[in-house]
Parts: sequence; structure tokens; C-alpha cells
Amino acid sequence: MKLISVAFKNLKRKKIRSVLTIGGVAIAVAVLVSLMGFDAGYQRALTGDIDKMGYQVLVTAKGCPYEAATLMLKGGGGMRYMEQAVFEKIVKDPRIDKITPQLVATEFDKDRQNGQGGIVLYMGINDSYLKLKPWVKFRSGGWFSGADVDEAVMGYEAAELEQRVPGDQIFVPNLGKVLKVVGIFERTGTQDDGIVYLPLKSAQRIFNLPDKLTGIGIKLKEISSLSDFEEALYNEPGIQVISMAEVKGTIFNLISSAKVMTNSVAIIAILIAVIGVVNTILMSVFERTKEIGVMKAVGASRLDIFRIIWLETTLICVIGGFSGDIFAILGSQVVEYILRHILPYAPGGKLVLITPELLLGSFIGAIIMGLIAGVYPALRASSMRPVEAIRLGD
Amino acid sequence: MDNILIKAEKINKIYRLPAEEIKAVRDLNLEIRSGEFIAIMGPSGSGKTTLLDILGCLDSISNGRLEVLGQDVSRLKEHSLVTLRRKNIGFVFQDFLLIPTLTALENVELPLLFSRMACERERSISLLSKLGLAQRINHLPKEMSGGERQRVAIARALVTNPKILFADEPTGNLDTKSGEQIFQILKGLNQKENLTVVLTTHNSKFGSQAKRIVYLKDGGIVCREDSCLYA
Repeated sequence: MKLISVAFKNLKRKKIRSVLTIGGVAIAVAVLVSLMGFDAGYQRALTGDIDKMGYQVLVTAKGCPYEAATLMLKGGGGMRYMEQAVFEKIVKDPRIDKITPQLVATEFDKDRQNGQGGIVLYMGINDSYLKLKPWVKFRSGGWFSGADVDEAVMGYEAAELEQRVPGDQIFVPNLGKVLKVVGIFERTGTQDDGIVYLPLKSAQRIFNLPDKLTGIGIKLKEISSLSDFEEALYNEPGIQVISMAEVKGTIFNLISSAKVMTNSVAIIAILIAVIGVVNTILMSVFERTKEIGVMKAVGASRLDIFRIIWLETTLICVIGGFSGDIFAILGSQVVEYILRHILPYAPGGKLVLITPELLLGSFIGAIIMGLIAGVYPALRASSMRPVEAIRLGD
Repeated sequence: MDNILIKAEKINKIYRLPAEEIKAVRDLNLEIRSGEFIAIMGPSGSGKTTLLDILGCLDSISNGRLEVLGQDVSRLKEHSLVTLRRKNIGFVFQDFLLIPTLTALENVELPLLFSRMACERERSISLLSKLGLAQRINHLPKEMSGGERQRVAIARALVTNPKILFADEPTGNLDTKSGEQIFQILKGLNQKENLTVVLTTHNSKFGSQAKRIVYLKDGGIVCREDSCLYA
């Protein structure tokens, strides 16, 4: 027989109480893993979204929201436009490798999301768009038949949402225009999947924005010339130059504020679990005062008693930590589903990223939690004097 | 001196309560030699259990001098006391005090676990068999009768091969037949294996079979002879 089997049998004595305590630890660990997985997943997904924009620099009209997240948060409003002449001027810069003009427009569709309404994102593009994003492939159909035709190519999710296939007709809400779907892009795992694309000239005509643009995406021949290039553009009036590195920095600053919140929730969950474990083991120690006295009378030292009680708390936390990891893995799909419905903007890719390192870390964390939680009850138990313990237990 | 296992000189045990002081043991002198079979008798509250706890190093004295196996126990640190108890002293309690979550065999093995002795399962099984519990080794205490439980407790006390066995009212919670069996086991251990046995009892029938009776009253010894049985 080993001390661990004595500890294990003690836990089995009050099964419901032990299971509830293990459940508390498991929930705390699952919350921790899910929140940390969300932090990591969201950050990675956003990074992926930004990297997959395909350009290092985005030029927009001053004050214009420059990525879908901000646009959605602003309810699709707040658009600013610049003249196409800016594009004609910039395009001549010899440092540019690839460049693409874009016109983003939004319309509110009251029939979306089961009648709750939602924003439809349109983007006017031309051939250069695909040169900047060579990884974008067609799932079905193909490119527009002309530069100014009432046709649309849909992002993967936009098409899925409305169950569209090439040949279908879609309506632009509020404007009474009909577009023929000619192609559907493969999934890219980015915000591009939710966009309806039109030829640039058609978009300018349909949304009544002649010769207007919202953004120009630029990829340079040499990344080392980026700061010089940005410097030159800062002198242009009415536009803003956004480097994607900057965008990442801004978003990650926002995320780190949110991280403080999520980490606080995780810490509170863990604290509650620790208190639960201490309470359970302490109750168990008080209930077994007499037994502890007997163990001492038959030869147990302080250290033996300390180890038995410590093992009990550690066992609770090991089982709880392992179960919590399993819950987190099994529940990640559910968490992902809920988050996608709660968040105003969810980037593509997995939102909750549960890695082996995270699982191992949380498991080790649970064990450390058990070791810490066990100290006080174990000290209480080990310091009992045998005769007093036997008599007090009567 | 060679065969003196325990020597108590003017030992006292005083409980200091907020309102009063209670002298549970007062100026008590006692020597216990190897191979003795001693019955400590006396009315309730006379200090029998307290004295047994003190002699068995489970409780401390307030003053006086107590030597167990040549060691002055009041000078010993806790870990030395634990070692002394583990190697030399076995305890049997009135209400058995078995660990309810452990089987009979595991209860007997418990002192070996704490003594860091190689888990001598064979020794535990043979002891239980000797006490007529071969068929009950995997039973939990709640699945056994009082007599069986007390036999498990005796096996637990004997498993580390102690020099002295202390038994506090070992028959107190048993019916007459079971009580008689337990007493005969203890008597046999003394007679056949020369084990020193010190027990407390209210039962004059059992007390009269001891080699020596120590009669206590108000914490002090009032008689040490066979003939001093109280009415």
C-alpha cells in the first residue's frame, strides 16, 4: 500500500463532494484554457487577416475606416472618399511592385440575420486586385465579363450565407439594382470572404460615386523602401497612409486591453476553485480528526500526515485539471460558435486556438494550484497531537 | 535495570482549564518490566486512559520523569518520539479506531507504511490469519463484527513487532463472548510470546487474570497488588 492510495480512498469516501470540487477545478481550468485560447486564436486570426490583405501600405481618404473590423464597429458608416486622380498619380512611383484601387460601399439589408438586418459589404475592384492577392482562387465561375457590367463575384461566406451560385441574381438593397453572380471565390479564411465584389467602374456608377475611391492597396518592390515611400505620401493632401505594421500594432493594443479583462475572469475562476478545494479538504480534515490521531498513534509522522492531505488536494487538482483540458477541447467548437455570434466582427480562421502547450501549461498550473491549496489544510492536520485528535474526534 | 521498559517517577498530568486545574495523574511512580501483563483498573475518571496515553508516549507529562526504553521522553523531540513509538509500542483502543476506508489488510499494513518498512504483506496476512481473520482480509471495517474489528486492531498493533502493547479497554465495546476472545488473545501474546501487555479495564474478571494490577483513584496509585481488587 502507498500513501497515494490512502489519499485516493479518502477522496472516494465523499464521492459527491469530491466530484463537485473536481468539477469546480475543471471549470476553472476550462475557462482559463478557453480564454487564453481565444486570446491566442483571435490574435492569430487577425494577424492572418491583415497579412492576407496582400499589401504593405493602404492609402485611404483621411478619416476613412480602413479595415472591416472598424467598418463593422461603425455600423458600416463613416466612409470617406478620395479622387481617383490620387491613384493615377501614385501608380507612377517606380518603387511600387503592385497596386490596386478599391471602392468600398455598404448597404443595410433588413432581411439579413433572420430579419434582424445586417450590413452588406461591397467592393469595387479591377484586374490588379487578383495580382496583389495571387492566392485568391475561384471556387466556381470566373471574372467579370467587362469593366462596367452589372456583375458580382462573391466571397465564399457571402455566397454561403445567401446560398448563391454563378448565374444567380442578387439585389443591392435600397438601390434597386440587380447584379448577376458570375463567380465565387474560394475560402481565404479572412474578412474578404464576406465581401461582394463588383467591377470598380460599376461600383462607382451603382453607388453614385464617380471617380471616387476609398483605398489603394500597395505592395512595394523592396520592403526596405517602405518608410521613404510612406514619407513621400504623407505630403499628399486629403489622404492617410496606413502601414499594415501600424494596423497590427493598433489592433494588438486593443486586444491587450481586452486581455486584461479576460485574464481577470480567469483569475477569479481560479481563485474560486482554490477556495473550493481548500474548503473541501479542510472539512475533510475536521471530519477525520480522530482518524488523523489514530494514524499518528500507529506511527505516522507530521510529514506523513502532511503528505496524505497534500496528495488529496493535488489529486483533486490533477483530475480537475485533466478534465478541464478535456472540457476545453470538447467545448472549443461551442465557444467558437458563441463568440462568432457575440462578436461584432470575427476574423477568419479558428477563433479559439487550443495548443498542446496551452493544455500542458494549464494542467501544470492546476497541479501547482493543488500544491498551494493543500498547504494550509495539510499543516492543520499534521500539527494535531495524537491524543487530542483522538479525543476531539469523539 | 535491564528488563525495565518503562520507569515513571513522580509524574503528573495537569489540565489547566480557565476555571480550574484538573490533576488527571498525580505523583505517580511505576515501573514496567519486560514480559509483564499489567491491568490498570479504577473507576471512571480515575486517570487510567490518561496514564496509558502517557506511558505509550501519545501524551506528555506536566512534570516528573518518564523513561521509556531508557530514554527520557520529556527531552525527546517529536520525530524521536514518533520513532520510539513506531518501533516499540503498539496501541489497541476501546472503539477499535480502524480507518473506515481501508480494508482489514490495509489497516494492518498502515504502521508498516509509516515505518518505511518494506511492505510485508505476508506478515500482515499471517497475523490476520493467526487471529482467525484469513477470510476477512479484504473486508472493510463496516463489514465486520466488533470482535473481528478488535482483532484487526490487535494485528495492526503487532505488525511492527513492538516491545510493549497498550490496550485501552479493549473489551469495553464487545459482548461477553467476543470480549473473552480478545482478552485470551492478549493473554496468549504475553504468555506464549513474552510480549509486555498493559491494559486498562473495568472488568474485574479480566483484571484478576493479569500478573499485576495497578489500581488508580483520582490520578494516583492506591494499590499495586492482586488482592486490591475494587468492589
